[in-house]
Amino acid sequence: MSGASTYVPKNPVLRWFESRLPVVGLVHSSFVVFPNPRNLNYFWTFGGILAFMLVCQIVTGVVLAMHYTPEATLAFASVEHIMRDVNYGWMLRYIHANGASMFFIAVYVHIARGMYYGSYKAPREVLWILGLIIFLLMMATAFMGYVLPWGQMSFWGAKVITSLFSAIPVVGDAITVWLWGGYSVGNATLNRFFSLHYLMPFMIAGVVVLHIWALHVPGSNNPVGVEVKSKKDTLPFHPYFTVKDGLALSVFMVFFAYFVFFIPNYLGHSDNYIEANPLVTPAHIVPEWYFLPYYAMLRAVPSKLGGVCALFGSILILAFMPWLDTSRIRSSNFRPIYRAFLFVFFADVFVLGYCGSQEPQGAIVLVSQVATAWYFIHLLLITPAMGFFETPRQLPASITEAVLGPRMAGGSGAFAAARTAASPSVDG
Amino acid sequence: MSTTTANHGHGPSGSAPSDGVTRRDMLLIATGAVGAVGVGTVVWPLISSMSPDASTLALSSTEIDISKIEAGQIVTVKWRGNPVFVRHRTPKEIKDAEATPMSDLKDPQTDAQRVQKPEWLIVIGICTHLGCVPLGHDGPFDGWKCPCHGSVYDVSGRIRSGPAPLNLAVPTYAFLTDTKVKIG
Ligand code: HEM
Ligand code: FES
Repeated sequence: MSGASTYVPKNPVLRWFESRLPVVGLVHSSFVVFPNPRNLNYFWTFGGILAFMLVCQIVTGVVLAMHYTPEATLAFASVEHIMRDVNYGWMLRYIHANGASMFFIAVYVHIARGMYYGSYKAPREVLWILGLIIFLLMMATAFMGYVLPWGQMSFWGAKVITSLFSAIPVVGDAITVWLWGGYSVGNATLNRFFSLHYLMPFMIAGVVVLHIWALHVPGSNNPVGVEVKSKKDTLPFHPYFTVKDGLALSVFMVFFAYFVFFIPNYLGHSDNYIEANPLVTPAHIVPEWYFLPYYAMLRAVPSKLGGVCALFGSILILAFMPWLDTSRIRSSNFRPIYRAFLFVFFADVFVLGYCGSQEPQGAIVLVSQVATAWYFIHLLLITPAMGFFETPRQLPASITEAVLGPRMAGGSGAFAAARTAASPSVDG
Repeated sequence: MSTTTANHGHGPSGSAPSDGVTRRDMLLIATGAVGAVGVGTVVWPLISSMSPDASTLALSSTEIDISKIEAGQIVTVKWRGNPVFVRHRTPKEIKDAEATPMSDLKDPQTDAQRVQKPEWLIVIGICTHLGCVPLGHDGPFDGWKCPCHGSVYDVSGRIRSGPAPLNLAVPTYAFLTDTKVKIG
């Protein structure tokens, strides 16, 4: 995806094919010889992990769909049938259900990595926004998937979240009735959610292609945030990064397998093993863990429309990060004050997640209000201001210098301290 | 190829009208117009098909027998997939509901506006916040309290505190006889 490939296959049949559709060359230039910064750390392996998780969800999902019945009176029983009667059905379902959680763990690490190393800054704004679109599609997919087993949490989660649209002035109620295909969440809703749950992962796959395309135009950012300047700063994708990604993926799989085989219901909610009942709301409704911070924001604002705005706003605002962050330095490693604030921000999201899991009473309400306010203060005030007030640390002159030190880098530049002392004229 | 294109630009017989409108401009506008109408006629059925269908609309009324509901009792019946609360109110509850000053209410409505007969309160059992089913005989007014985000309703089903913006909705209903009510 990075310009024309010079790849010529050795095999004559492949050569014949390549001259008609140069797809092998595309893969070769994108994933074999593609030059990556040589200093990428393990946070850069989560992109590969995410791609793997998407495939994992699609494969297990398609097989589950062969046994699942999207009909309100049969859905719950069909999931139990998968668990008890279908060969390895329990395993497929536990992989799919826990796979969704693993997918979100990976995406949160991936997003936090982008925020820490300033990967959203020019020239990667479009890449960042495409990533957020994938994140939104993932949330919609997971939400609809969770409705399919038709347990109490499925039903009431769907009810509460679709009712968010009723907060829209004037047309809100009409929109919710249209979304439900009835006057409440019911069979029509379940059916369309199944259809969309099947569709959306393939839409995600499409946006992933654009995301990687947009990545391969400027190439990857890296832990020091200095652009690649010469061939010395890079290493070919294969074998260096295929192996690094492969190792990280294997370790991640061990973690994933521990959940699937030893604590498969740890991340779920026991109420979802009770069949949906439209007349009884469970005593305490909570969404899946990956939605808890947003759920806390929804409840923190004491007005229906305001809560809904905070919920959607908290995600939309991230799309403006490239312009809200006024500093030209990418990596937080060189931004001591911003870095401290960023860690507070990450902690703030965890606090929100905790609040979202608790009953909204007493101190929890106050804490979630403060944490919601801080989320927006950090992004809207502190982040823009920091670019003006903070003095960043001196950047290394190149990636090679950051990795090997100034001498080994071949005198192309010098480390910050040495530079100011000895050769003030050298400039990166 | 370029010659062919140039030919079309001037019209087949070279008779372009003097105001500069060519046959291609005409075709562009005509195709665009037909395309827009075509897209509209396909998109609307797609959107409309997702609205409640005829079989859902056909279920839009329910008859209930209220003779066995004791004073103080709340019975939940299902109407259009949603719970409806039928509450046989005690004299004290009626007095409380009627005595409430309008200034205490977020969505002001008198009790008389919400009932046909004071003993019988009939409301849709869906919290006006985000759609949970509130629990009866609960909360400081002994009306309802929502388990989801803590909205409190009084014995007239009016919102008294919490995030819900409106009173519990009153469905259209009619007393067919003294003991029979038709909802919807
Ligand atoms: C982005 C990828 C996907 C995500 C994040 C995702 C997420 C989920 C979640 C959270 C559940 C509920 C699991 C439970 O608690 O039982 C679920 C269920 C289900 N999903 Fe997916 N899914 C994805 C892709 C797919 C695909 C491509 C299909 C193919 C048809 C599919 C088919 C199903 C079926 C049939 C169920 C119901 C059975 C069950 O509950 O285990 N999913 N999905
Ligand atoms: S749904 Fe009842 S308080 Fe939120």
